[in-house]
Amino acid sequence: MEIIRNFPCLSILLAMFSAIISSALKGKGARWLNTFVIIVVGALSAAALYMTMTTGESYVYVMGHVPAPFGNEIRFGSLEPGVALFFCVIMLLSLNGGRKKLLLEIDPGKENLYYIMVDLLLSSLLALVYTNDLFTAYVFVEINTIAACGLIMITERGRTIEAAARYMIMSLLGSGLFLIGICLLYDMTGHLLMSYIRVSIEDIVASGMYHAPLLVTIALIVVGLAIKSALFPFHAWLPDAYGYSTVSSAAMLSSLVSKGYIFLLIKLIYRVIGFDTFLNSRIINVLFVFGLAGMIMGSISAIRENDIRRMISFSSVAQIGYIYMGFGLGTSAGMVASIFHILSHAATKSLLFVSGVGLTDVSGGHKEFVELTGSGYRNVAAGIAFMVGSLSMVGIPAFSGFISKLLFAQAAVQHNQFAKLLPTLIVLAVSTVLNTIYFMKTVIRIYTPTGGTSYVAPGNARHEDQKYASVSIKENPLYVITLLCFIILNIILGMCSQPITDWITQGLSVFA
Amino acid sequence: MGEHLLANYAEAVAMFLFGIGFTNLLLQKNMIKKIIGLNIMDTAVYLFLAEKGYIEGHIAPIVVNGDLSPETYINPVPSGLVLTGIVVSVSVTALMLSLTIRLYRRYHTLDLDEITIRLKKEGL
Repeated sequence: MEIIRNFPCLSILLAMFSAIISSALKGKGARWLNTFVIIVVGALSAAALYMTMTTGESYVYVMGHVPAPFGNEIRFGSLEPGVALFFCVIMLLSLNGGRKKLLLEIDPGKENLYYIMVDLLLSSLLALVYTNDLFTAYVFVEINTIAACGLIMITERGRTIEAAARYMIMSLLGSGLFLIGICLLYDMTGHLLMSYIRVSIEDIVASGMYHAPLLVTIALIVVGLAIKSALFPFHAWLPDAYGYSTVSSAAMLSSLVSKGYIFLLIKLIYRVIGFDTFLNSRIINVLFVFGLAGMIMGSISAIRENDIRRMISFSSVAQIGYIYMGFGLGTSAGMVASIFHILSHAATKSLLFVSGVGLTDVSGGHKEFVELTGSGYRNVAAGIAFMVGSLSMVGIPAFSGFISKLLFAQAAVQHNQFAKLLPTLIVLAVSTVLNTIYFMKTVIRIYTPTGGTSYVAPGNARHEDQKYASVSIKENPLYVITLLCFIILNIILGMCSQPITDWITQGLSVFA
Repeated sequence: MGEHLLANYAEAVAMFLFGIGFTNLLLQKNMIKKIIGLNIMDTAVYLFLAEKGYIEGHIAPIVVNGDLSPETYINPVPSGLVLTGIVVSVSVTALMLSLTIRLYRRYHTLDLDEITIRLKKEGL
């Protein structure tokens, strides 16, 4: 048992060193090393999760031999290893789903560079999840940004470079605000370790000093991370970055990178600022309003989009809005709903990206809806997977999206403020309708038989009017297995939600 | 208000510079000017940290003659943070400059909005 305490630190180092080793390997070697590292890190996280679940406590791991108020620390309860395990699963599935496409889209000889970026992304995500030190968090936020930028620009086209430049600019604005916020916190409290900062902040709040600086600091940190995770008014970079990069990158960016920042924000709220202090600052209402706005505006932009990849990207804006709305409710039920939605959205959005690329591939590479007509028949596996993802996003029972919507609605109903109860329920309903419009539109489109004037029976694949060739399941077994795993993951989240919410609640109780 | 500003003039200057850098990074169209804004922003943070770590009359935290009393030296932690921050800032600047070179070779302009308009025309 004692050795498991080392696992979080070990997994961060493993991911980081694999990135360094990958730079000396050829493409294939880097690919196998990357797969191996993700599986090992997943296993280590699972062991840490098992230990923390059985003991129900949180552990502090001291990095180096410098004692507490000055040294660097890793701290984990049951929430952190679970999230790390989930990130590993999603990362492995996203990479497998886009593996073939990746080989086609990047220049030969550059494959190992891609896996360096993926390894760096994994290590920085793990560090963001596990760390207990503010400045370490900042450094890994920057590493995460650089790795994500590399993932976008690996397919070297004009679009992706421009998208990467815009992504970098917005991210740097966000990390600038985050950095100055951290410096102000250090200035006020004199600590960099999260738990010690909270003790100081409680003293400051009790003494009534520094009211305005504390408010400004919280605002700077929250806005900085909100920009980086693409909350509604700061989402301009998102559709290009997700829509034109290669499919594995898009899946990982939407389901992991932005979630890493959101997890860091949850950690800051609980462990640094303190939930009550955060609740009493009025920034929580700002998050609530922008979350609601994002839910509506993201969906409206998605409806107006004529490109399937960009439509899925705009849907991310709406889903990020849900998560921030859950923060904005300011109750622990809202927070549990938000964390569940992080998992649910990560599982569903990567499924949609990976299955979406299967549909566009059997439509001559076109991403416009007109060309996608009937693609659900041409690639059966991708069609079914896209339908499952859409149903989950809309919130049909048995899929994960239903549970997160249910949890949000429950959290809203239990809320004691009427001013937050009613808007949440109304916007939740409106947003569900809007989700239905654009996802069902796409599903109907991909299951509309093609064939010009004469009607073609769905089973009759070989018809002379058929513009594009169909793909059978046997041609790409890895892709189909990946989609199957995604669907199973989605149904597990949807059907076995009670143990998962219990785990989140237990994890949050030892989080602070 | 006035005397606080005067007593903390270095912090005020740092925040002012941070604002200038932030606005430049956000609003300039030219990529190089954006990068200059980024560097001003980061440097302002280092000025703030250095000012916070400095204690009047104390010397740099290098132990001489075995003197370990905290009355002698300034706070070394902010200096360490500045060093880490500089490393991060350098790597990010290098990445931004390489992106700018890529964009310039392709479109022969540094204006990001111009590039976006051309991309829309290409319809890629």
